[in-house]
Amino acid sequence: MFEDILKAIFGRLTLEDFVHEPIMAGAGLSMVAALVLAMIGLTFFKRWKWLWRNWLTSLDPKKIGVMYLIVSVIMLLRGLADAMLLRAQQVLNTNAELLNSDHFQQIFSAHGSIMIFFVGMGVIFGIFNLIVPQQIGSRDVAFPFLNSVSFWLFAAGMILINMPMVVGEFSTAGWLAYPPLSGLEYSPGVGVDYWIWALQISGIGSMLSGINFFVTIIKMRAPGMSLMKMPIFTWSVLMSVTLIMFAFPILTATLGMLALDRTLDMHFFTSMAGGNPMMYVNLIWAWGHPEVYILVLPAFGIFSEIVATFSKKRIFGYTSMVIALVAITILSFTVWLHHFFTMGGGADVNTFFGIMTMVIAIPTGVKVFNWIFTMYRGRVDFKTPMLWFMGFIATFTVGGLTGVMMSVPALDFQFHNSLFLVAHFHNMIVGGVLFGAFAAFSYWFPKFTGFTLNETLGKFAFWFWIVGFFVAFLPLYILGFMGAVRRLDHYDPSLGWQGLFIVAGIGVAIICVGVFFQLFQIAYSIWKRKENMVSNDPWDARTLEWATTSPPPEYNFAVIPTVTTRDAYWEMKQSNTKQEIPEYKDIWLPKNSGAGIIIGLFAMTFGASVVWHMWWLAAISFVAVVITIIIKLTDDEPDYKLSAAKVAKHELQAKLKLQEKTV
Amino acid sequence: MRKDKKIVFKRVAQVLISSLITIAIVALLVLVMQGRDIPVLQTHGTIANQQRDLIYIVFGLGMLVVIPVLTLLFVVAWKFRAGNTKAKYDPEFDGHRGLEALWWGIPCIFIVVLAIITYISTHALDPYKKLESSVEPINVQVVSLEWKWLFIYPDKGVATLNYLNIPENTPINLTLTSDAPMNSFWVPALAGQVYTMNGMSTKLHLMADKVGNYRGSSANISGEGFANMTFAVNAMSNSAFSKWIIESANSTTMLDSTSYAQLAQRSKDDGEITYMLMDNDLYNKIVMKYMSHDTPGTKETTEPKPEEHDMHTMDHSDHDMSGMNH
Repeated sequence: MFEDILKAIFGRLTLEDFVHEPIMAGAGLSMVAALVLAMIGLTFFKRWKWLWRNWLTSLDPKKIGVMYLIVSVIMLLRGLADAMLLRAQQVLNTNAELLNSDHFQQIFSAHGSIMIFFVGMGVIFGIFNLIVPQQIGSRDVAFPFLNSVSFWLFAAGMILINMPMVVGEFSTAGWLAYPPLSGLEYSPGVGVDYWIWALQISGIGSMLSGINFFVTIIKMRAPGMSLMKMPIFTWSVLMSVTLIMFAFPILTATLGMLALDRTLDMHFFTSMAGGNPMMYVNLIWAWGHPEVYILVLPAFGIFSEIVATFSKKRIFGYTSMVIALVAITILSFTVWLHHFFTMGGGADVNTFFGIMTMVIAIPTGVKVFNWIFTMYRGRVDFKTPMLWFMGFIATFTVGGLTGVMMSVPALDFQFHNSLFLVAHFHNMIVGGVLFGAFAAFSYWFPKFTGFTLNETLGKFAFWFWIVGFFVAFLPLYILGFMGAVRRLDHYDPSLGWQGLFIVAGIGVAIICVGVFFQLFQIAYSIWKRKENMVSNDPWDARTLEWATTSPPPEYNFAVIPTVTTRDAYWEMKQSNTKQEIPEYKDIWLPKNSGAGIIIGLFAMTFGASVVWHMWWLAAISFVAVVITIIIKLTDDEPDYKLSAAKVAKHELQAKLKLQEKTV
Repeated sequence: MRKDKKIVFKRVAQVLISSLITIAIVALLVLVMQGRDIPVLQTHGTIANQQRDLIYIVFGLGMLVVIPVLTLLFVVAWKFRAGNTKAKYDPEFDGHRGLEALWWGIPCIFIVVLAIITYISTHALDPYKKLESSVEPINVQVVSLEWKWLFIYPDKGVATLNYLNIPENTPINLTLTSDAPMNSFWVPALAGQVYTMNGMSTKLHLMADKVGNYRGSSANISGEGFANMTFAVNAMSNSAFSKWIIESANSTTMLDSTSYAQLAQRSKDDGEITYMLMDNDLYNKIVMKYMSHDTPGTKETTEPKPEEHDMHTMDHSDHDMSGMNH
């Protein structure tokens, strides 16, 4: 009787679920401790109100962007810690059991999921939020409140994926959780459910955000900015969010079906009763391959801006660049099968998908040549962002070569699921997405702070990263040739793989030094910000986001600029028209709204309660989400007015401040 | 002048340091891989040999692109660095039809060449394709279990656990399935890998061209004991193989449906076992096990309608076909 009541209330949650092995318990405890410390700090410095008003409820995309980046950085550190543990276990091998098989498998599943969903996606959405509205000469995104909801769903997913460190366990089925391993029969615990709901909730956020930015770019560009006058970065974002709109519904449906299999005992993906796991593998990659391009296209865009700016030239072959982006976008939906040539699709099918994969190399190659020729006859200033660009080309070319090798189906049979594959996709994702994000960070940092990051420390960070990267991943290519498959927590010592794993481990350590320099660079630059103060346009840049003050006001542009050419801001500077005092008008901006964070909280509760089968709580929190949305939508006055006089005053202050800085 | 000297000194130092780092990395890698077995490149199977050659060809073709691109990158970057004021600066140079046509065109040519190579090699090395040989092939049925590999020689009355004995220069026709989470069967020295999935049969053909012991392993995560799922492939002379078959067919350990059910239970580190095969149809039974549409518990509660029943049988045969001919 008593047990039944407990079960009705707590579902399958018991006290034992809070007990963890030492390493995980330590990680979980320190996470909780950090949270508690942050709360104490906020209370002590009386910052709660400030946090709530200025950040948590803000609908300003610049603030939402910063919050995305903060979450992503924390998750990057978690993912990196996971990577260190994995390598450490492989270095120790059978000599000592740092992690047992189960724990090892939880960690690599978490590493992959976190790095893609909460670092990769977080970073690109952060950058979209910060840059896109300003780059297209807009004051805001199309749906400011939806933007806040997207972020809080992302945050909810982030909390769910970290929750297993405190209560329960994480999935052991890898970052894509193929059934039947991820099915009820082989994974009866809560791990896969955590994975499903963390991804499902943040994935819905991503989808909403994708729609939001698509509409923003289509509808809210400054007058005169036709599609072919958009900066390449905006083009890349447009293509990336197009992919999101088409690919993420597939993920939502696939995860939904897996959830039904697991919670309601259905059989979409189990062979019993007519289900088919091969369908899952097809569906998940029909989302998964476009996902790679969702992440990497914005990086291409970032590098296009950076190369043009630091070469003091327009981007070479603008039209080619756009065609290449569009081509990659379309082609990315035609290659998913290359992730499982080994499933027995037959020679004709494999040939088709192999060739389609190679075809993507053509537009990608065109982009590389155009970047190189943007530097040609330029004046290339090798500031940190340019170093990241050079590092990107070097690693991406190596990754491209190994990618083409794997795209030949006959060869993929030898490379698939080996460490060769692991090295390949780290080459692409770290070299592409992360290096792109790092470049973007140092490039656009002064835009939002008014001071630059310390160059010397940035260069140290870069060199440690790039050297560490090759030391960490070259051994994996070799290990792949030696027959080492991915996800091994131990191997026969007589194989002699340990040396290579040690070298790879040294590489991870060098990368960690690089990460240390990055964190130190940020702290040091903030500390010494007085020395690095710069004007609004420190790099003599080309695109509209630099036309606003650095840091920009909440409304971005006091007067919406009119665009006549590509590289609009550069042309404005060139034409050097006499500055008249503009005529300011009233500006309407969205009011803060707490509904976003509330929806996020209830969504997180919903996810957690479904994971633990607390059905009553799931029902309540789901209804609560719906009610919150309804209440918010009935708000008749979501905007507030910033009067023309106030804008004028603000602009004048900004001008004075700038004079003060430059003197 | 002194400033110039300083810059030169700095450049020399940079070049020295970076070459030192590069040499150190390469030396370290050479050191740790010395004397190690590299099965993907040191192959001993008809299929793997061709795959190895193909790796070199595609890698070579790739280098034809990579080396010029990286060279161009660094030459251009160096020549047009901001400090080099002697270099031409032409901010208007933002497009060139001919050049762009060139780098849309050259990759296209490369891809056409690669596509032809892909078409030919994918068909030639299709794992489903029977190997041509005058020698009578040996049929082996492979079952991946939690966490071990079962090999059944249906025509020989033998089965083995965690090791596979094959005669040299004889085509081996493998049909593979899984009675556990999806897995992947990989013996890099002999041929590439193929997935094993429950309720389905996949195929793989391989042939060892030399007597020797080759390492096989599971290549797809399949649960807790996955890392232990390795097996030995012993390629032996024909006479040794025949002798082994005769000995093994008389093994006192027997494999039938009952003992299989026990074997299929989760276990790690079972070691190598040789069985006398009591049930030649065991493999098909394992595949068919997942074809049942009646999940436990549903039978009593729902009344079977005739229509549904028809559909079930139809589905049944359909699955059967796709399963077997996949």
